Amino acid sequence: MTPSPAGRRAAARVATLGPGFAFLTVFLLVPLALVLSYTVFRRGRFGGIVYEPTGENFARLADPLYLDVVLGSVRLAAVTTLLALLLGYPTAYMIARLPGRWKAIALVAVVLPFWTNFLIRTYAWIVLLNSQGPVNSGLEALGLGPVELLYTDGAIVAGLLYAYLPLMILPLYSAIERLDPQLREASANLGARPARTFWSVTLPLSLPGVLTGCVFVFVPSLGNFVIPELLGGGRRIMVGNLIRDQFLKARDWPFGSVLALAVIAVLVLLLFAQAWAGRRAGRNG
Amino acid sequence: MNTLISIEGVSRRFGDVTALDSVSLDIRQGEFFALLGPSGCGKTTLLRILAGFEEPDAGSVRLDGADLLAVPAHRRPVNLMFQSYALFPHMSVEKNVAYGLEREKLPRQEIRRRVSEVLETVGLAAHARRRPHQLSGGQRQRVALARAIVKRPRLLLLDEPLSALDKKVRAEMQLELKRLQHDVGITFVVVTHDQEEAMSLADRIAVMQGGRVEQIDAPVALYDRPRTPFVADFIGANNLFAGTVSGGGLEVSGLGVLPAPTAGLPEGAQALLAVRPERVRLGQGTLTGTVVDVSFYGGVSHVALSVPGHGGHVLVATQGPARVETGTEIELGWDAADGVVIAADDAAVENGAPV
Repeated sequence: MTPSPAGRRAAARVATLGPGFAFLTVFLLVPLALVLSYTVFRRGRFGGIVYEPTGENFARLADPLYLDVVLGSVRLAAVTTLLALLLGYPTAYMIARLPGRWKAIALVAVVLPFWTNFLIRTYAWIVLLNSQGPVNSGLEALGLGPVELLYTDGAIVAGLLYAYLPLMILPLYSAIERLDPQLREASANLGARPARTFWSVTLPLSLPGVLTGCVFVFVPSLGNFVIPELLGGGRRIMVGNLIRDQFLKARDWPFGSVLALAVIAVLVLLLFAQAWAGRRAGRNG
Repeated sequence: MNTLISIEGVSRRFGDVTALDSVSLDIRQGEFFALLGPSGCGKTTLLRILAGFEEPDAGSVRLDGADLLAVPAHRRPVNLMFQSYALFPHMSVEKNVAYGLEREKLPRQEIRRRVSEVLETVGLAAHARRRPHQLSGGQRQRVALARAIVKRPRLLLLDEPLSALDKKVRAEMQLELKRLQHDVGITFVVVTHDQEEAMSLADRIAVMQGGRVEQIDAPVALYDRPRTPFVADFIGANNLFAGTVSGGGLEVSGLGVLPAPTAGLPEGAQALLAVRPERVRLGQGTLTGTVVDVSFYGGVSHVALSVPGHGGHVLVATQGPARVETGTEIELGWDAADGVVIAADDAAVENGAPV
């Protein structure tokens, strides 16, 4: 018996979607479910868990000590995202308006840092910012230094910004590049100066790209624990460091899971906000 | 009538391509003017220069005698209805229309009044709150038109205004554009590759080709008295014969002397003869041909004949159904006065004929 067309279509769908789904189920959903289940049990003495239900893991989250870490991380990630947007938008805008060949070159330049190891690039910042580094030497020569640059919140933001700026530029670029250039001409034709055209036409129509870029920068910034450690010198603990420490140092898996859940909750909220705003903007397009 | 726009010696090159080659023309106050030509003839470049999106390499453009090129695009009293309409997708119909008035910093009351007036005029008052994507193609075009005329420009540019519309909407829009132009008294310049669009809308047409203006005339004059081989070929259907003036007609190699109004031309001059299909008579005449195709269009029929010695087919249009059949051998001819002779330089004749 030959399978019906509908049956064949279903088989094709399983064949194409199946492997990806299987991978995500085994390596994302199952671990995620495990981590979530840890949140309601007691910690084991040397890591792991004891299967006795308890609510105290969540209660600890309200401890100002931990709440400060979470809120402080959100603040640093938000500052990073805002700076990335302010730096990335003009860059993306200019790239989108370059002639074809230069566009490709500029885009390669934007992703070029990804070709070197993340740790090496972050160590480079230590060299740059330390008290004998080139930045401080320059400041000293001008009579302004030395200034303590390394191991500050500013250094963390600079590191995060440096690491994730391309993730802001690329979606912005693709949103701006897609805009019909005739819309800008129409705006000018109707009497708008270039600045007005930007605020009334270009910016509102590129909002979906702005939202995507912000999520792309905010999410990994919030969870990052390498940059705060290397450039913050351990003085500023971000939620990523806290989670890692709970699992690897304090051996408190349940509380680590609660913290992870808190971060996931923030991100899910953010993604919903983005989807909602994106749909609103999309209806315009 | 007064001259509104005066274009003089305007040239524009893009790399090796000459888009405009020393174009000069005047557009009069209140007229409906068309720039007509095949794609790549330079008409769109000229339009973009008038709108201020493009600058010429040489030449001048004056509006009311004042240099228009010195004025940036956003300050010109010139509005454009884009071929793609270019409506702002994130704004409602009324916001789109109000956009240009808001830039003039007019009082809110006046903006609201003028927007609703113009939406009334184009028949979209009921759709003021809709977004462009909720409208049909014809409705979008009306919004684009309303957005351009609400500014009361001195000059309204229309880029291929009818090309995207289906046949019925097209006829409607055509009438509406003419009515509107009459009512508001704005000078209209339409840019198109479609001769029907140009002929039906415009008071005067500039036919362009290869960055140059070939002829500027009223539609009827353009049809009846083409002055260049290109215009004779481009506007409507024409039977073209290249030859030399001889014995009161045009001697065409392979066909003999054909009836042609050659008065005023010296014997032996190179010239091109153009005869409209509806001017050719079947049944008697100087040529003999074989009918190769008969097409019936309702009001008229087209008969294509192959004439020995002539490269292409000779096209004949007759009223009603044709009374000949494919394969028939028949005589054909025309009165000398029904042909148009274009005394052109040799090169032009060579290039322009035969079709």
